[in-house]
Amino acid sequence: MKYVSGYTLWLVIFFVIPLIIILSFSFLEKTPYGGVNFSFSLEGYKSLLTIGYLKVFWRTVWISIISTLITVLLALPAAYYIAKSKFKNLLLILVVIPFWTNSLIRIYAWIFVLGNNGIINQFLRFIGLIDSHIQFLYNPWAVILVLVYTYLPYAIIPLYASIERLDNSIFEAALDLGCSKRKAFFKVLIPNIKTGLITSIIFVLIPAMGSYAIPDLVGGVNSKMIGNEIARQLTTAKNWPAASAISSVLTLITLLGVILFVRNSKKEVLN
Amino acid sequence: MLGSNVEIKNISKFFGDFQALDNVSLQVKKGEFFSLLGPSGCGKTTLLRIIAGLEQPDSGDVLFDNKSVINIPANKREVNTIFQNYALFPHLTVFENVAFSLRLKKISETEIKERVEKLLYLVRLEEHKNKKPSQLSGGQRQRVAIARALANEPKVLLLDEPVSALDAKLRQELLVELDNLHDQVGITFIYVTHDQAEAISVSDHVAVMNNGKIIQTGTPYEIYESPANNFVATFIGETNLMKAEVRETNEEFVRVFAKGIGEFECYKDKEVKKGDKILLTLRPEKIKISSKPLEGLNSFHGIVEEEIYMGYQTKYFVKLDEGYILKIYKQHVNYLLDEKIIHWKDEVFVSWNPNDSFIIEVEEN
Repeated sequence: MKYVSGYTLWLVIFFVIPLIIILSFSFLEKTPYGGVNFSFSLEGYKSLLTIGYLKVFWRTVWISIISTLITVLLALPAAYYIAKSKFKNLLLILVVIPFWTNSLIRIYAWIFVLGNNGIINQFLRFIGLIDSHIQFLYNPWAVILVLVYTYLPYAIIPLYASIERLDNSIFEAALDLGCSKRKAFFKVLIPNIKTGLITSIIFVLIPAMGSYAIPDLVGGVNSKMIGNEIARQLTTAKNWPAASAISSVLTLITLLGVILFVRNSKKEVLN
Repeated sequence: MLGSNVEIKNISKFFGDFQALDNVSLQVKKGEFFSLLGPSGCGKTTLLRIIAGLEQPDSGDVLFDNKSVINIPANKREVNTIFQNYALFPHLTVFENVAFSLRLKKISETEIKERVEKLLYLVRLEEHKNKKPSQLSGGQRQRVAIARALANEPKVLLLDEPVSALDAKLRQELLVELDNLHDQVGITFIYVTHDQAEAISVSDHVAVMNNGKIIQTGTPYEIYESPANNFVATFIGETNLMKAEVRETNEEFVRVFAKGIGEFECYKDKEVKKGDKILLTLRPEKIKISSKPLEGLNSFHGIVEEEIYMGYQTKYFVKLDEGYILKIYKQHVNYLLDEKIIHWKDEVFVSWNPNDSFIIEVEEN
């Protein structure tokens, strides 16, 4: 009981109370210099109904989904390789090492690599393949690339944990019973690491939906995601109720998506 | 179903510097129950995996019905395995585990259902067919593994220590079941075990392995009654090993002197000459224990050092006058009606037929 209440307290302080604050701010009136007036208003939500916001929401969803798919597809073979390797501890450390570097620095590193005067463009100019530069940055694909790079470890670790726990003899049993290696992968490996797959998808999808720094730094004007819009409302526009309203809708969309996804995958597991 | 004969030809296998199998050859007849018996690390499981196709040998060949299968991958060989930990698919029900290999083939749903139910009936698991492996007991899991392996209608069934994870009583029952199953399906069984009692109780032939080599192949009777060397004699059952020196030889018997025992006669199953140092074996159940010396047998006087009453038999450790401690297992038929029950510290005579002590190793002089 002691642990349950401690955990509950932690959840309440760090999640429930902030959520309640955001949710209540979204129904209040704005003041010209930030902050809120404590009187009820739906102005915050009204601004959401413009076509611009719908576009940004939609972009946020598809960028996040594509990034998640690519991340998990890359993480799966990597996690498998690490789990079967003799040097798994070393490889796991290598996966975790990027966390020790500030994430902004890692994003700037990508600008340094992909920028118009970045390493790749300099190299291409040097070998004479191009005259000026190729525009790698400031489009949705740059955002996806950096998202994949950033969240790959989050996807590898739960997948690694579930593959590592699996008994290798069930693959051998699958081969023994007539499966090719490819079939054994789909019929035996995938169903048995479903929990790991679900976890890694959630670990990537949720932070991707809320990304702010990555689209801000490598995304450019046409790749803004909803996180950037929240920040803009909070800082430049000084519209706290609007920022809170967007946040609440984003949380709701993400929550619904995760619930639907988990429920569907559970159903499949049971069938 | 019909079995295949299996031939292993000069198989060698290295893992790094470690030689797991050293030029192993053996023949398994169609439909027989064949055991590979040896201590852990002797290479028996590696050999089984090579037959299954899960491991490739460095040299040598595996033949089924006189055709080489060495280049056929595991999923195409007409052989199935019961793994030591059963390796059931945790995400599938008992029914789907058994149906697994059938679903890979183009077989109609009705036929799959029919065949799986028949197999589940064979292993008495009909009422558990919708359970997941995690909901079954150890013995039930083993039976699922059997049904799953038989679903593919293999010609050879490989069994990797299939009962070693179970408790002693269940082990005996399942062993009898396996033996009955073998009689019913009639395919070739190759059974790997480190337990000599399992191997000799169910097998038609046994190959005793040690350090990657086959030491002796024979019927259970042959390997127990005439072990090829010291290793087989001590690994299969229990025995008294005695170091001795040849004093005299004739047609059938050798007169030897053993330190700690004295002079006695033993069977001349190997050619020896006077002065040779030899190693003799004498099974403890073949020695008689009595209060008077017995005529016409090797007979020595001693004192009972240890008496272990087991119910069906008593184990005696008798210290002979010269110092050797002999193990003697006396089987009880009429324990309470025996004239005189022998106890700890009693003075006794131990006697055995010269035929029962025989030479297993000779060190020439």
